Amino acid sequence: MNIDKRLVRKDSLEKLFDILKQNSKKIYAPFSKDGKTIFKDAESFGGILTGYVQTTESSKDIVFPRTEKILDYTKSKEGMSVKGIDLKDIPDVILWGVRPCDAIGIGELSSIFNWDYKDEIYNNRLSKVTVFGFSCYKSDDYCFCTSVGGNPGNTTGSDILFTRLGENGDYLAEVLTEKGESVVSIAPGIFEKSETAEKEKFLAEVPVKFNHEEIKEKLDKFFESNEWVKQSLRCLGCGACAYVCPTCACFDIQDEAHGKRGSRTRCWDSCGFSHFTLHTSGHNPRDIQSARWRQRIMHKFSYMPERLSVYGCTGCGRCSRACPVDMNILENLISIQEVTL
Amino acid sequence: MMDSLYMPYLMRIERITYEAPGVKTFMLKFVNEADQEKFSYKAGQFGEYSVYGVGESTFCIASPPTRKGYIECTFRQTGKVTNALSGCEEGSIIGFRGPYGNVFPLDDWKGKSLLFIAGGIALPPMRCVIWNALDLRENFKDVTIIYGARTVKDLVYKDELKDWELRKDVKLVTTVDPGGESPDWKGEIGFVPTIVEKIAPSSKDTIAIVCGPPVMIKYTFPVLAKLGFTDENIYTTLENRMKCGFGKCGRCNVGKVYVCKDGPVFTLAQLKELPDEY
Repeated sequence: MNIDKRLVRKDSLEKLFDILKQNSKKIYAPFSKDGKTIFKDAESFGGILTGYVQTTESSKDIVFPRTEKILDYTKSKEGMSVKGIDLKDIPDVILWGVRPCDAIGIGELSSIFNWDYKDEIYNNRLSKVTVFGFSCYKSDDYCFCTSVGGNPGNTTGSDILFTRLGENGDYLAEVLTEKGESVVSIAPGIFEKSETAEKEKFLAEVPVKFNHEEIKEKLDKFFESNEWVKQSLRCLGCGACAYVCPTCACFDIQDEAHGKRGSRTRCWDSCGFSHFTLHTSGHNPRDIQSARWRQRIMHKFSYMPERLSVYGCTGCGRCSRACPVDMNILENLISIQEVTL
Repeated sequence: MMDSLYMPYLMRIERITYEAPGVKTFMLKFVNEADQEKFSYKAGQFGEYSVYGVGESTFCIASPPTRKGYIECTFRQTGKVTNALSGCEEGSIIGFRGPYGNVFPLDDWKGKSLLFIAGGIALPPMRCVIWNALDLRENFKDVTIIYGARTVKDLVYKDELKDWELRKDVKLVTTVDPGGESPDWKGEIGFVPTIVEKIAPSSKDTIAIVCGPPVMIKYTFPVLAKLGFTDENIYTTLENRMKCGFGKCGRCNVGKVYVCKDGPVFTLAQLKELPDEY
């Protein structure tokens, strides 16, 4: 398909924001809060950040909220009434300022939530989201998107990908999907014709650090390696890596009761937690932290590629930035690649 | 409005049977007849049973698909949800979603003999297969059941054990751990693997279905191998902690294999391919 390339003037972004607001879209965009860069419901254009390498948390909670009601129940004398969530209540959302490594992560989440059983709650949320990707013109030492098949200007997962054409420059807008086209159609004046603009020279440079296919092959024979113990000795099992990850989808299901009423919720969980796999009997199949660390890496770089044909890592580097004991996934992957079996 | 994957059927507890200390069986009927009509399952599958306001818990369906109109589950009161379930009375409404997972390939076993070996609270997942096979008795040759529990009191399905004992077309051997016998106990005394070795059932054209605590399973497999059972003819059903039941919540996998989707039924040959993470 020929990508529809447009030019969006720097000053037009605010106009685009206002037009979308007038069309009653909710816009989630990156803002600064308590030293973090977070996505939040943007009331106005002012304050939306642009210069960040990466938001502190990924944008996944727009499609897979941290805690999400899956049903409500009411007990009465007559019996029990149970109601699922009304998917019609999910608002149309523009996800503004998503980096390509987050946008591609949405596809990886979708693979999990549609593995044979289609998760309608997730799919409905996703159907209401239009992703405005913003290419990276900056990167840091934690970034490794190019080692897992991505790149700083990757279009996958975005409905429109914006690339800043130089400092204080205008934006190249690649309109990639029908959702993207429908944005163009409500703001036609904003998206000017531009067949000539090239983005490559304006993108951040992220050198390739390892070969993910080689790592996958290695992992097939790596289960019993002592490397897992070495890598995870300092792991606290805090789960921060999973919470900031754009593709971690493990969840728990918990009930909340308030008298005769209550709800069942689906909430984020982490394979790093010791009770994640704990049986009621006390038996725990992953009873030590190294087994849990191994699960994290194997799931992303071996099990997911094999079962779902996607990698569970986009190279965003957030887990390393967030780790309180400075574990670095990039270093760990490189050391797996370097170990001789 | 569309129902999501997480929406349970409403089930009424029709009958509660006290099986053993802390162990109960619920007979459950669908509150909505339409649900009952579209529901079907096969032996070996499991579901998520829930007490609203407390949570969900995973157990097999313990009744056979050959008996229509209800399902049964048997559970031991151990955790938060099973304690809440245990507090339910006949007539109470609970949730159930399922069936999930793969099945025991009863169709492939036609014409063969069946050897069931179960320990303790692991008879329920096997009971579904046993009754399924007995309801289609002409399809199989010999049916042997070896069942052990810690003490006489801990044996579940006591009435059914009597029933199987009286049947001419079933060979039942019950055993209790040494010290677990009562003065009038007439069955065997000894651990399950020892009793299997003593009874020495034939492996000729026979499928062995083994289910029990890990230590029982561990010591029973070598006995079966000695008796000539191949790894392909030994079946078991795994359990791991689960939340969703359909391959998304991320906790039941053993290596790349998901107990909820690829299992819970595995042959010993398949188990030997898995890492030791169950």
